[in-house]
Amino acid sequence: MKKENNLSVLLKGILRENPVFVLVLGTCPTLATTTTVTGAIGMGLATMAVLICSNIVISALRKFIPDTVRIPCYIVVIAGFVTVVQMLIQAFIPDLYEILGVYLALITVNCIILGRAEMFASKNTVAMSALDGIGMGIGFTLALLSMALVREVLGAGTFAGLEIPFLIDHKIELLAKAPGGLMVYGTLIAVVNKLTKGKAIKKKEFACAGCPSAAACSGNCTETAKEEK
Amino acid sequence: MDIKGLIIILMSSVLVNNYVLSRFLGICPFLGVSKKVDQSVGMGLSVIFVMLMATAVTWPIQIYVLDPLGLGYTQTIVFILIIAALVQFIEIFLKRFIPALHQSLGVYLPLITTNCAVLGVTINNMTDGYNFIESMVSSLGCGLGFLLAMVLFSGMRSRIDESDVPESFKGLPVTLIAASFISMAFFGFAGIVENLLG
Repeated sequence: MKKENNLSVLLKGILRENPVFVLVLGTCPTLATTTTVTGAIGMGLATMAVLICSNIVISALRKFIPDTVRIPCYIVVIAGFVTVVQMLIQAFIPDLYEILGVYLALITVNCIILGRAEMFASKNTVAMSALDGIGMGIGFTLALLSMALVREVLGAGTFAGLEIPFLIDHKIELLAKAPGGLMVYGTLIAVVNKLTKGKAIKKKEFACAGCPSAAACSGNCTETAKEEK
Repeated sequence: MDIKGLIIILMSSVLVNNYVLSRFLGICPFLGVSKKVDQSVGMGLSVIFVMLMATAVTWPIQIYVLDPLGLGYTQTIVFILIIAALVQFIEIFLKRFIPALHQSLGVYLPLITTNCAVLGVTINNMTDGYNFIESMVSSLGCGLGFLLAMVLFSGMRSRIDESDVPESFKGLPVTLIAASFISMAFFGFAGIVENLLG
């Protein structure tokens, strides 16, 4: 395997195929846990841990899992790792467990993990899948962090709980609340669109190929997915 | 049975703590299937159906099987398997006995397995310590809230399609920003339940 190849697998998750801003996977935790920087980093790292482990295991088992029941198999593997991560966080970082709450258990149904299992780990070697997991995990964490930076610094006037002078007196409270999350997310996707114009892969094609909801998310998605095959 | 308590649970899960717009669960189908009104109604009804069934099954299992055996930590795995199996079962059942309903809801059923709102509502019912009736009411409320949000948003999206948006904002970004306005409108409901019924 060429070194350059490995590096590109690792790096593509960060901007060019960023799971949050380009592939648009895993929107629920992105919006729900980014009100604070601490929550965002915690969520990012927890998801990354599950993603790397499940990618490795699914890739190792890819020759044994029958094609017809692959989705339930993936879900069991993922749910197992989520439970492990959940128990570790509950035992060692109880504060973070409080912040993340139900969203920690919901990593199970995060489309990023199932999507990468389906798109990448089921077709590639263990080492490559682990690299892909690391890259995608870093991309996810960075994306959450950038959302949380905007929302916590401007919305609450703090950074990871520390007050920022001036901003604390002029906070835009809406940004820290639910509508602000959607607004910041939309704006950041537009910024990434602008930055990667021409270089980013078309998000429809990629997001749909791995998204389990491809079948019903309107006609054009399934069409592009079929064209790809 | 405390009827007022049940109404408060129902109203707050439909309006105040709307699953999509304020707890951000089930955003994927919310963005994906809300292009047409009839599609979003179909998806919304299927979600209500699966949520009620899932709650009816997971609640007894958690209380009578997992808790007495000290297996509470397997909650996530057990629940997701139950939901996946249930969705499959409902699909087969509808196909066999109510083909008309299967035709209208069939496409949406497989998606619901990975809809975080369903897993979310079953886990939340447990964390909030609701009894069986309260859990069912809260699931119904969440499902109705999902349906309401989907239908309102699909109406809004048909307007976006006709408007002129900047190049970088085309597609998803402008949809998200529209969703943020709907979410803002739902913000107006905060406090209404306590003031009316409390």
